[in-house]
Amino acid sequence: MSVHILLLSLTVICAAFAVVRTRVIRAAIMLASISILVTITLFVLKTPLAAIFELSVCAGLITVIFISVISLTNPLTKEERSEERENMFKKFLLLPVIIIVCGVSFYMLTKGINFIPVSGPEAVEVSDKAELWHLRQIDLIGQIIIILTGVFGVAVLFKDNKDDKK
Amino acid sequence: MNYESLALFKLYLITAPILFVIGIYAIMITRNIISVIIGLEIMTKGVTILLAAAGFFNGRPQMVEPLIITMIVVEVVILMISAGYIINIAKKHNSLSVENIKNIKG
Repeated sequence: MSVHILLLSLTVICAAFAVVRTRVIRAAIMLASISILVTITLFVLKTPLAAIFELSVCAGLITVIFISVISLTNPLTKEERSEERENMFKKFLLLPVIIIVCGVSFYMLTKGINFIPVSGPEAVEVSDKAELWHLRQIDLIGQIIIILTGVFGVAVLFKDNKDDKK
Repeated sequence: MNYESLALFKLYLITAPILFVIGIYAIMITRNIISVIIGLEIMTKGVTILLAAAGFFNGRPQMVEPLIITMIVVEVVILMISAGYIINIAKKHNSLSVENIKNIKG
């Protein structure tokens, strides 16, 4: 129980820090740490395959993409950053209040719900491998289509426009 | 489901929407496109945690694994495409403000 509470509270704190940061590179690093915490949570919740995906893709690949995008763009000057920080602190004063109100309201909403699973037809025990490759074939096709769409989108977006060179 | 696991499931049920709300708040407040994408990522983390918790406390964690993997794939593709957009916008306008998207014509 204490492990769950520790992991979840750390995740929320990291998320709040990632949102409040004015330097986007630090926010990206905080996002990577959220991914690591989510990975540990997934391991605790007995979904190791998803945890490995989360660690390799979200904590690894996404962070690399973020950092490369940030390095390709121009950073803010000192004056701009201090101005943005002032504006941000004014705006983010409401964040803790919203988090507390949201948490209490969700707790009140879920208080009356009966979470005991309804006994339906007996679940057939299948291994993770069989579940992914045999029972979820449409999901796999969908994933392949999504990846191809992404590749096509990136190829179109990163293509140099000839008119820009003129 | 015993009392302890029910309490734990409620804890997950409260934390996941909090993460979701933090993400929405980030998207609403900031003008930086990269921060908007970071907010979107935080929202998906909340959904991932909720899915995993639902599978675990239902006694069928292997059911949600493919769903989480599919979600991660979608997340990466969204990020890749938005990264392309961000670089193009930054090249054209020399700024990462969301306001630049409003000025796109043609």
